[in-house]
Amino acid sequence: MKKKVLTVDDSRTIRNMLLVTLTNAGFDTVQAEDGIEGLEVLEESNPDVIVTDINMPRLDGFGFIEGVRQNDRFRAIPILVLTTESDAEKKNRAREAGATGWIVKPFDPSKLIAAIERVTA
Amino acid sequence: MLKSADVLADLTAASRDGGSVDKSRTSDLVKELEAFAKGTPLPVAAPVAEPVRQEAPVAVAAPAAPEPTDDAGFQPVPFSFDDFGDEADEATPAEAEGGGRSVFTVRFKPRSDLYAKGNEAVLLMRDLAKVGDLQVICEIDALPPIDQLDPEGAYFSWLIRVETDKDEDAIRHVFEFAEWDCLFEVKPGADEALFSVHTASGEDLPMAPVPFDLSMLDEEPAAAAPVADAPAPAVVAAVSVEEAPLAPPSLPRAEKAIAAEAEKKEAAVAGVPAAPQTIRVDLDRVDRLINLVGELVINQAMLAQSVVENESGGSSAINLGLEELQQLTREIQDSVMAIRAQPVKPVFQRMGRIVREIADMTGKNVRLVTEGENTEVDKTVIDKLAEPLTHMIRNAVDHGLETPEKRLALGKNAEGVLRLTAKHRSGRIVIEIADDGAGINRERVRSKAIENGLIAPDANLSDEDIDNLIFHPGFSTAEKLSDISGRGVGMDVVKRSIQQLGGRISITSKPGKGSIFTMSLPLTLAVLDGMVVTVANQTLVVPLTAIVETLQPEKQDIHAFGPTQRLIAIRDTFCPLVDVGHILNFRSYLANPIDGVALLVESEGGGQRALMVDAIQGQRQVVIKSLEANYTNVPGIAAATILGDGRVALILDVDAVVTASRGHALSSEMTLSATG
Repeated sequence: MKKKVLTVDDSRTIRNMLLVTLTNAGFDTVQAEDGIEGLEVLEESNPDVIVTDINMPRLDGFGFIEGVRQNDRFRAIPILVLTTESDAEKKNRAREAGATGWIVKPFDPSKLIAAIERVTA
Repeated sequence: MLKSADVLADLTAASRDGGSVDKSRTSDLVKELEAFAKGTPLPVAAPVAEPVRQEAPVAVAAPAAPEPTDDAGFQPVPFSFDDFGDEADEATPAEAEGGGRSVFTVRFKPRSDLYAKGNEAVLLMRDLAKVGDLQVICEIDALPPIDQLDPEGAYFSWLIRVETDKDEDAIRHVFEFAEWDCLFEVKPGADEALFSVHTASGEDLPMAPVPFDLSMLDEEPAAAAPVADAPAPAVVAAVSVEEAPLAPPSLPRAEKAIAAEAEKKEAAVAGVPAAPQTIRVDLDRVDRLINLVGELVINQAMLAQSVVENESGGSSAINLGLEELQQLTREIQDSVMAIRAQPVKPVFQRMGRIVREIADMTGKNVRLVTEGENTEVDKTVIDKLAEPLTHMIRNAVDHGLETPEKRLALGKNAEGVLRLTAKHRSGRIVIEIADDGAGINRERVRSKAIENGLIAPDANLSDEDIDNLIFHPGFSTAEKLSDISGRGVGMDVVKRSIQQLGGRISITSKPGKGSIFTMSLPLTLAVLDGMVVTVANQTLVVPLTAIVETLQPEKQDIHAFGPTQRLIAIRDTFCPLVDVGHILNFRSYLANPIDGVALLVESEGGGQRALMVDAIQGQRQVVIKSLEANYTNVPGIAAATILGDGRVALILDVDAVVTASRGHALSSEMTLSATG
């Protein structure tokens, strides 16, 4: 069965990149532009794994992760955070919020896929 | 219930694909079954604690395990482990000590946070198994009695012996995401005794499926009930929402084991090199996508151009964004193209059958050799390839190759060889059909052509011209009609269908040595990289793939050759200079080469020509818009495109121009006047 990935990112460039990469790798991909939309899309799309950015308008990545974890249906879903290498502080905050792992930006497709496969069955 | 069906399906798939299970694993599963039958919570580690070969079908017990909670009317499936028996010995610790490989001991004790954050021990194990061979001991001592059990707690820890040719960092990397939420340590070396005892004890257990009767099943739900009730909402969620990602922390242990098994199964399936997943998509949708991407590319080019025109001191942010956009559009385009690209293999494979058929019918001995089967071409091209290819193969076997007796008499191997080759060359796909037969009998072709009134009896034709006669409609040299060929609808049909694809076909033939038919087809019918040039005030696009180099002709390099031909000296060779403007009838006189720029191009025949244009404007990716849909096929022009500024430019058909320059009277057909 095809794995479904929800990506949440406000940058269209990153979204496109994720979409192309994930689609090529055989994932179903659903996308959202910020945390609020992410939570909405989450409900209807029922993904297997989430990839989210941190800095976003309306609801940022931390808030989004907390929102996901509070949802009984999705509290155990793997969540990967897109982060920059230098940002150890953000990385920690993200994992406190409940992130499963992280992907360091800029990422290459193989890294992204490897990270996703590490957290999904 | 559904899940167990899935697991069963996975299992059969795994065993079919040749997985392996060793004895200790099967015994673990037996234990699991026993445990389950007694209504005690399953040691969650059991599936995880399998030594070695994590990708193998581990979850033998899984189909049986889920049943008790769902449905008592289930008979445990008797499993034959015979298939796996061969592998059992391999796992003995004695020979695990591979030469040059290092051994580490990993101690791993997750905290409940680990599960809460979506990490999963079984996945970590799976990743670890990719690093090296594992022997795993699960410590379940910390597991409290069932009434005190927190369903979301983490009670197990693992002791893992990793035998790997990688270093410690590789192991640490596996636990990268988890290291905050677990106790984790890696030590070189391992207590071999500990592990061997564990394995040995496992091997002592009986292999046979445990008797598992229905009365036990009946008791089971009752025993499991308290567990199931405690974290009620979570369980309901996890059980009823089939598609929900497995939520281990929220599950009671028994279910968790099942979940882990299921995950394991998926891992097992992923580990086996199965066929890649595919979807079927309506071709219309792909076409639409391709069209849209085409528009996107045009739009991007327009944007880039207008930014360049309005350049106000070079805002680097805009330029950066534009560059990114360009890269993105290109990537999107490539991906979209890749959707349609398919290897020629299936078509080639079909040819094998056709060759055999024809060889049988004609009593010839033929061997088909294919090369470059994995060359990828656009789907539309592939679809239309089969028919002309079939025709040509039939022709080659029927006309080209001799009978075995004749071949032997000629000192050739009795078995004729037909070589089918596909390769990429200068942005096109070139397919060659080469036989080592008699070659084209030019005398016969000529006399036949005269007989049919195709040529005048006194026509002076070169060998090449004669060879090309076989592409004339109605031409056939066969004395009598056969099922196979010789009905006069052969090569001209082939030629026409290839031309429809924007391709060309040519023949080279040597009497006694065989013939080679070369088809050259565009890889895709959608986009190309082009050099935008000016010729007689017209903007043309020359496919970049054809261009070898560009140069500024110097006066001393230009040499007249006959009344109209000119040559240009490029380093130590002479190359015919072709005035594009003249060939296309944009102007009636030959331009002065010194005023223009020469583009050294290579045609697919391998010959080089210098095309003379007036100026180079730039280089751009252009979207091909077919002219033929609205116009007829225009010799010398491959297609049209829309430039960034909205102008229409024609795309030069380099090969046609090169051919025309050889004096093949194409220019009379080329009545293309200046287009608007």
